[in-house]
Amino acid sequence: MRIGLFATCLGDTLFPDAVRATAILIARLGHEVVFPPGQTCCGQMHVNTGYQREPVPLVRKFAEQFGDPSIDAVVLPSGSCAGSVRHQHPLVAERYGDAALRDGVETVRAKTYELSELLVDVLGVTDVGAYFPHRVTYHPTCHSLRMLRVGDKPLRLLRAVDSIDLVELPEADACCGFGGTFAVKNADTSGAMLQDKVRNVLSTGADACTAGDSSCLMHIGGGLSRIRSGTRTLHLAQILASTRTSPHAFPKTEAATR
Amino acid sequence: MSSTFLGMPAAPPRSPYGTGNLRGERKFPKAAHDELRNEQLRRNLRKATHSIRAKRLAVTSELPDWEPLRDAGAAIKAATMDRLPELLEQLERKVTEQGGTVHWARDGVEANEIVTRLVKETGSDEVIKVKSMATQETGLNEHLENQGVTAYETDLAELIVQLAHDKPSHILVPAIHRNRDEIRDIFRSAIPGVDPELDSVPAHLAAAARAYLREKFMTVPVAVSGANFGIAETGTLSVVESEGNGRMCLTMPKTLITVMGIEKVLPRYQDLEVFLQLLPRSSTGERMNPYTSMWTGVTPGDGPQEFHLVLLDNGRTAALADRIGRQALHCIRCSACLNVCPVYERAGGHAYGSTYPGPIGAVLTPQLAGMDAAKNDPNSSLPYASSLCGACFDACPVKIDIPSLLVELRHQHTEQARATAEKLAMKAAATVMSRPGLFTAAQKAAGTGGRVVAGRDRKISRLPAPFDGWTDTRDLPAPPRRTFRSWLASAEGAAALRAAAEEGARPGADTVRHDHEEGNR
Repeated sequence: MRIGLFATCLGDTLFPDAVRATAILIARLGHEVVFPPGQTCCGQMHVNTGYQREPVPLVRKFAEQFGDPSIDAVVLPSGSCAGSVRHQHPLVAERYGDAALRDGVETVRAKTYELSELLVDVLGVTDVGAYFPHRVTYHPTCHSLRMLRVGDKPLRLLRAVDSIDLVELPEADACCGFGGTFAVKNADTSGAMLQDKVRNVLSTGADACTAGDSSCLMHIGGGLSRIRSGTRTLHLAQILASTRTSPHAFPKTEAATR
Repeated sequence: MSSTFLGMPAAPPRSPYGTGNLRGERKFPKAAHDELRNEQLRRNLRKATHSIRAKRLAVTSELPDWEPLRDAGAAIKAATMDRLPELLEQLERKVTEQGGTVHWARDGVEANEIVTRLVKETGSDEVIKVKSMATQETGLNEHLENQGVTAYETDLAELIVQLAHDKPSHILVPAIHRNRDEIRDIFRSAIPGVDPELDSVPAHLAAAARAYLREKFMTVPVAVSGANFGIAETGTLSVVESEGNGRMCLTMPKTLITVMGIEKVLPRYQDLEVFLQLLPRSSTGERMNPYTSMWTGVTPGDGPQEFHLVLLDNGRTAALADRIGRQALHCIRCSACLNVCPVYERAGGHAYGSTYPGPIGAVLTPQLAGMDAAKNDPNSSLPYASSLCGACFDACPVKIDIPSLLVELRHQHTEQARATAEKLAMKAAATVMSRPGLFTAAQKAAGTGGRVVAGRDRKISRLPAPFDGWTDTRDLPAPPRRTFRSWLASAEGAAALRAAAEEGARPGADTVRHDHEEGNR
């Protein structure tokens, strides 16, 4: 298959390792990775903050970049961005777009998938041949869970990983408190939500907390880092991309290498 | 040919500014900032919301037709809203035929005046009250007090709130923010003739309230109630409750005055079949609530001999006029969304400043009372009081898509706002992001800047306003030296993808197993 990869603005800029892992995983599974160079951002931040006119060009760009019929499927290593393409792009196109945009959005959203959906539903794999000999706990991000309804697909993928020690996260389905600009506009409430998530992550004794969305991981990771917990965050793709031949290496901070 | 310009219909009015209890004094983030420091509140909320959550899940998952019931509830509500005027007139006709009197109140002020006049006509300067959201919304008790009429709340939790001159903080459990020692102190100081040695054993507290209330039930000749349902087909009103104090108010006084929001009407008696399953299971997590009272007009020789129904608009028609927002009128006040909401669980009900807190309050309050009725209207902060996690949508028994309503109200708010700094920033961000050349330049600038700020440990620990709230409790990683797209375009990126493809194709090594082998682990 020719699989279009949308890096997401956050992934491209701040968390390239997660996107790199997604690309490597797809290539290892025998598929061609297509990266349309004109891609930037899905516009989720705009819509969620109340702006629906401003992201029209972003919605149009996404439809243009991935509308190419030779692209069989589009994958996003982010549950919330995939949710935005599926649920918010039609809203924006309907309200502020033209007929061409509405058609374009309809075509592209039907072949857009979050990573675990692509692997399990489209490619039909749950064991991707990964090897990850570490203790891991999984946080099912809100938009993957309740907007996309990915269900237990990420967990099925993780359970099939060789040598993984997967431990259940208490109160897993509770929001970590990120919510995009919510974490800035309502920083106190968001922080209170984060404290409970961090406490639950630490109670598992996991080496890493994983999820299918770099934005939620940035939030949880920011909390774990602030208290110097020693527990890391890792995108689901990074665990699935790790193999016996090329195992995942936790990056060393400069402090550790000094 | 002549033509008559009929003009655009005027937008229906919101609840008048400065009346009732649909607006707090502070914006949500500020109010929440203080509430978050109330340890008692935090502990009570966590305990109560988690235990009700578990109960609700147990009694909703045991029903094989729970999802179809939710669909039916949503469908009945949508159909009701589509022909609300006609159903309300039918309800009025039926109530009148059965000996009741119907009054129409365009807002809370009118409703309060009507109720006060009706109470005074009975000659009484006291009323007993059934727990009611509608009269809390209109501020009826305060109005009655100004008019020399004393209202006694008879729901135990409402009584606690009233005696403490406090405000409810939860739809179902109004005194959720109080502990039993506080309640003992409130009773000792506010219930006339109470045992000064009263302790904080729950049964003793309940007994003290019971003794106080019994005397009111026996002597006060007029009651005010709300309504959970009003049936257009028969003119039947209904209140569901747990304590039986509502039943006392609805049956013992000579005169009964019911204040009902116009959205509470249901077309047919049979519709109760759906809602009497949805409501208690979603609300208290019980299969059935202990007391379900239904009455139809006046029955000679039995119960109140005079019945008045006050139909309250107070911004509901304005909400109905909104194609998307009108869904909020489907709410049956079960409070399931409050109990699952991570924001409500931390900040509590008072932070919302309205009779209606939690996720449903965040979408209902701004529609009933407006969110730009004043400069810096506190209600304009309510649609943002959510991380959009979606737990409320899953819990709602009538499937109100609260996250979508929040996003819609945020949009309405930004549309009404003039050129704010945020709006300009959003516009600028969209411009940059719609041009890949500008985007990569911005990535580079942010990367260099971010790495400088972060320093050696590659962490950003302090950001300037308005982002300083983030770094109060969280770090931010420094942007790495290389973006994904520059890696992919490099020789290293191309080699890595080639190597991955070769690794996958190599026979025997880490081969991919397909679905049929799943479950071996």
